[in-house]
Amino acid sequence: MMNFLDITQETCPMTFVKVKLALAKMDAGQELEVILNGGEPLENVPRSCEEQGYQVLSTEDCGDNKHRLIIRK
Amino acid sequence: MEEMMKNSKKDVTIVCFSGDFDKVVAAFTMATGAAATNRKVTMFFTFWGLNVLKKQQGRAWLGQGILAKAFNFLMGGRKTLPLSRLNFGGISPALMSSMMKKHHVATLPELIEAAHALGIRLLACEMALHILELERSDLIEEVADVVGVATFLNESENGHIIFV
Repeated sequence: MMNFLDITQETCPMTFVKVKLALAKMDAGQELEVILNGGEPLENVPRSCEEQGYQVLSTEDCGDNKHRLIIRK
Repeated sequence: MEEMMKNSKKDVTIVCFSGDFDKVVAAFTMATGAAATNRKVTMFFTFWGLNVLKKQQGRAWLGQGILAKAFNFLMGGRKTLPLSRLNFGGISPALMSSMMKKHHVATLPELIEAAHALGIRLLACEMALHILELERSDLIEEVADVVGVATFLNESENGHIIFV
């Protein structure tokens, strides 16, 4: 099951906060699609997820400084 | 490996001494950012900082004696926190909140809600409560405990302590 989160309108710290809370609500094995901006969110959100033991399956550049992450819990 | 990375992060304790709107926003921003990036976070509220934790979010005559009632009324609650500079008679926090919303920055109520959702431990200072004649029941449910400085120091022994 794919969950979706768009954090392009969010700023620090709610970028990490929303991703962390979304992942917390999911079951192990489920995937989360996150749309985020380049720069700070792109640098830190994937790292933070990996530190929690989640797997970043892919990072895709969508243009216009937006990126799509797929994270598996 | 993941476990090692998690454990290598120091705990963070933030002492919220100030009851200024801008400083409280800064404290909750650091706290939620730290918790969301896998750090154990504790916030210890003392003196002016206690205003954030009062159930009564506006001005209320809490306490028993005249002085305590007067101080609690003047100190107010979460909705009456002043800006540390350029407060303009109390209008600035509302102006600042509207600017924060306009720029998609989390407002204080959103940050407090996020802090709770992230499991940040909120502690209230026993001594300051005693001086202001406040009871545990005057504080919001999210407060985990009322503790003294020794407990606070023990809990933050191996972490960063940030004083706001």
